[in-house]
Order: sequence, then structure tokens, then C-alpha cells
Amino acid sequence: MAGGDPGVARNRLATAGARATTQAMLRDQPRGDVIRNAVFAGLLLLAVLIALAGLAALLIQAFLKGSSALSLDLITNPPSTAFPEKAGYRPAIIGSLQLIAGVILFVVPVGIGAALYLEEYADNTRWWNRLIEVNIQNLAAVPSIIYGILGLAFIVRGPLDLGFILAAGSLTLALLVLPMVIIAAREAVRAVPDSIRQGSLALGATKWQTIRTQVLPASIPGIATGVILAVSRALGETAPLLLVGATVFVTFDPTPFGTDGYSAMPVQIFNYALRPQEEFQALAAAGIIVMLVVLLAMNSFAIWLRNRYEQRW
Amino acid sequence: MTQDDSAQTGRDTREAAAARAGIAVRPEEFQRKRFSGEREKVFELKGVDVLYSGVTAVKGISMDIHRNDVTALIGPSGCGKSTLLRCLNRMNDLIPTAEVKGELLYHGENLYGPTVDPVQARKLIGMVFQKPNPFPKSIYDNVAFGPRILGRKEGLEETVEKALKGAALWDEVKDRLKDNAFGLSGGQQQRLCIARCIAVQPDVILMDEPCSALDPISTGKIEDLMIELKEEFSIVIVTHNMQQAARVSDRTAFLMVELDADEQNRWGRLVEYDETEKIFTNPADKRTEDYVSGKVG
Repeated sequence: MAGGDPGVARNRLATAGARATTQAMLRDQPRGDVIRNAVFAGLLLLAVLIALAGLAALLIQAFLKGSSALSLDLITNPPSTAFPEKAGYRPAIIGSLQLIAGVILFVVPVGIGAALYLEEYADNTRWWNRLIEVNIQNLAAVPSIIYGILGLAFIVRGPLDLGFILAAGSLTLALLVLPMVIIAAREAVRAVPDSIRQGSLALGATKWQTIRTQVLPASIPGIATGVILAVSRALGETAPLLLVGATVFVTFDPTPFGTDGYSAMPVQIFNYALRPQEEFQALAAAGIIVMLVVLLAMNSFAIWLRNRYEQRW
Repeated sequence: MTQDDSAQTGRDTREAAAARAGIAVRPEEFQRKRFSGEREKVFELKGVDVLYSGVTAVKGISMDIHRNDVTALIGPSGCGKSTLLRCLNRMNDLIPTAEVKGELLYHGENLYGPTVDPVQARKLIGMVFQKPNPFPKSIYDNVAFGPRILGRKEGLEETVEKALKGAALWDEVKDRLKDNAFGLSGGQQQRLCIARCIAVQPDVILMDEPCSALDPISTGKIEDLMIELKEEFSIVIVTHNMQQAARVSDRTAFLMVELDADEQNRWGRLVEYDETEKIFTNPADKRTEDYVSGKVG
């Protein structure tokens, strides 16, 4: 049999090799591998649980403490130091709404303009344009208190000299979130394929016509998502507002240019939370619930908007 | 549907006849072309070089492109066909490092002259791209886009209808003009892009491998369309498909990659430019013969 037909010998060898491979595959996994796999997966799951536990604890605590104070009075009544059962957030809510309205007014045109310039006009081979690009990324990571100092030095006092008014706070917050908006808008503009620009230019459209009628409409969902996320960040900011005049205690409805002071939701929550009485603690927790609901709603809307109108090319 | 079928059978017989003749061409077309004689020149290229970042991509192209002809540019990948095509409507201007040297005349005027506005030039010299690129808008708005940006808003509906009919798409889309153009098939999208192009009433239509992303039936429709369109427009087409060049074009230019002595640099060079029949049946250059007979490339 081994009588020398090389074909047969080779076939036998191949069969033996295949069998060895198959059996190695069917053998039990080494115990050490099984344990290592399980431990690693467990650690990753733990990381997820820690992240979620923080959020869950916050929500549960806020609901337990704040649910007693949740009522329409919370929204309609002004704050009070004497009667916590009647105190509410009215001026703070109105102040926050005006603040974010100002942020949107400033951030939308400037953010889109900057993004369009950087994506459509700037020549990326030039070092100064790359420098601008890197610095916008850096600006998005600057701590908010620094923007507060900037707002105090340049907007409240200094060159603009607006004084401690709501509009100054709005402008400070707008500067804070502007880099976020620029980055989001750039991504949206960049997602529009070049074939669309070329198709438009090949029909005799000018660059500006192409941007206005093709690039911008196609990138609006992405830009809107970025603006909403930026505004929800602005809504939650406290530190810079404290520096630019968000007075902690205001019992009247603020106006954009009123010099009597203004307040905002997170500042008012901070104020209530500082007070030792149990009732004010509940009031702070209820305020947190209101803010969380608003922020989650805004972020959900942004995600919905992105998924609904995102253009698939 | 019946229209599709008849177009398809028409193609089959043509294909069969071409197969008998040994190459994929239509003899009856050649008869007509033979008597084309002297024609008005749309483009005159005299020693045109194209460079990207100072590196030559296409070198020393000299050729005349005639009115109401379909002119095909063929050649292997990287020979600069598309580069050359994009010079003709100044799309290369969009690449900051691109540079065009030599003389490129459009109806006798220097297309790269200091007073020429590339935007105005592109209104006259339209372009259809390799991959269909409809705008993310309705079918109607796609076709109306050109006339609208040019401020030609009067009789817009008729313009759109005429353009869609011109691109043999009207019957398929007339009941859903408001639908998004992305819902069309690839072949329909490409015909929509052709309709969009002819809606601005250009003089020349440049086509950059317009059928490379399409199936054979859609390709056949677009080829039939080209033959109709050349009555009104002059067409320059880049194609990888030699049968396509043979089927639709009146004149064919064959480009090839050329290397310098130490094989460091490569650029495209025009090898032969003549009537399509001659290129495919009796080419003057050995390299053309090798390419069209499938020996190289």
C-alpha cells in the first residue's frame, strides 16, 4: 500500500492534516481563555453600569426629594426667601428663555458663516487656516469659567461695556457654545458630497448660488442638530453667568436690557440648594427635575431631527 | 415598456451585425458619417498641456472638435481622458493646483483668456458626470435648477417638460414630477442629469463615462439618446467602453499613457484622432490597432 504511489501518499497526508485541524477546533476551549473572556466582558459591563448608575442616582434622588414641590406654582411663582411653599422659578425660567433666544440669534448666523468659510472658501493648504481649525477645536474645550471672565472683561466692562444685563450674559454664553456650533456645522457641510457641488457648478451656477441653493439646504438638519445641542449646553451653564451678573435672587421678570439684574434656572437652583431648610432643598430638586426634562427633551429632539432628515447620499 | 423592448431588439440586431463584421460598430452609421466633410469647429486645441501641482497629466494635445458630432475620447486608465474633458468647460479650475497651458479655443475664442468667466463658459458647455448626481430635490426642481439660477423663470414648466422629453424621461416621470429624484433608478437618474443639463440650453454637452455605473439596458437608452441629442448639441464623451465609442461617436480620439526615459513621470498623450470608422477598422498607428483590437489596455 505504501508501495510508492506518491498520489495516494499525498492524499493520506492531506486527510490526516485536515482531521488534526478539525479536532483542534472541536476540542474544549482552554479554561484560562474562558475565564479571561468572562472577566474582560464583566469589566466592560461594569464601566457601563457605573456611567448609568450616576445618572440613575441623580434622577432618583431628584425625584424623591423634589416630587413634593412639583406643581404649577413652581413655574408661575417668583422666588421667595420667606415662604418656600409659595416660591417658584418664574423669573429664572423667563431669564433662561431670553438667554437662549439671544444665544440662537447670535450663534446661528455666525456659526454657519464661519463653517461655510472654513469648508468652502478657506484653502486648507495654508498654515493659518489649519491653525484656525485647530484652535476652534481647542476653544470648544476651554472651561466655561474662562468665558465668564472674558464676558466680564470684554462684554460687561471693557470694549463693549454693556453692564450687568441679560444681553451680556447671552452674548457670553453664545461665545461659549459658538465653537460647538461651528464644528457641527462644518461636519454637516462637509457631508454634502462634492458631486453635488460639481453638478451645480457645471450648470453655470456661481459658487455662492451653489452654496445657497445646494450645500446649505442639504446641511440644515445637521446644523440644526448642532445648534440644539449647543443651546442645551448653554441652558445648563452656571459658572460664566455668575460672573456676568446673573443675580442670584430676582423676584421680577427680567428683560434683555434691564439693568436691575436677571436670573437663570441653574443659578436659581444653586441659590435654593444653598439654603439649609428642607423645603428649599425640595424646591431645588424640583428645579433640577424641570431642567432635566427640558434638556432631555431638547437632546431627544436633536437626535430625532438628525435621524429624520439626515440625507443619505 | 413596449418602447423599452423595441429599443432593446434594435440594439440586439445592431449588436449582431457588428459581431458579424468582427467589431462592434454600425455600418449604416458609417455611411452617413463618411460624407460629413468640413464642419464648424467647436473646440480647437493647440498643444494643450494640463498640469497638477506642476506635474504634467496630459501633454501636447492638438485636435479639433466639430459641431453636432459625438466625439469620443478613449484610452486606458490614467491616460488623461477625463482631465482633458474637464478642461473643456473649465471644471479643472475647481482644483487649485491645476494649470492649463497651450491654446484652447472655443468657437475661435480663447477659453482660458483673461476676460472669460468660467461660470459663463459652463452655462454654454454643460457636463454629465460618471456617477449620476441628482440634487436631493424633486424631479421637477432638479431640471428647473439650471433655468432658475440663470434667472430664466418664464415658461419654466415648458422648459422642464421639453428637457425631460429631450432626455427620453418624460413618459416615465410625468406623473411624479414632485417626487424626490433619489427614488429613480440609476439609469433614470443619469437621464435626469442629462435633462438637467439640456434645460439650460447649452451648446456642448461633455459626458464623463456617463454609462459606467449603469446596466446594459440603461446604457443602451443613453446611447440612443446621444445620437438624438447631437442633432441639437455637440457632444464629447469619455468612455472606457470601446464598443460604446464605436456605436455612438463620429470621431474618436485615442489617448495613451507615455513614460519618460527613466519611467519616473507619466502623462497622457494623443496617439490618433480620426473618424471613428477609421480608428476602429483601419487605424494609422500600431498602438491604436493593438488597443482597439484588445491586444493591450
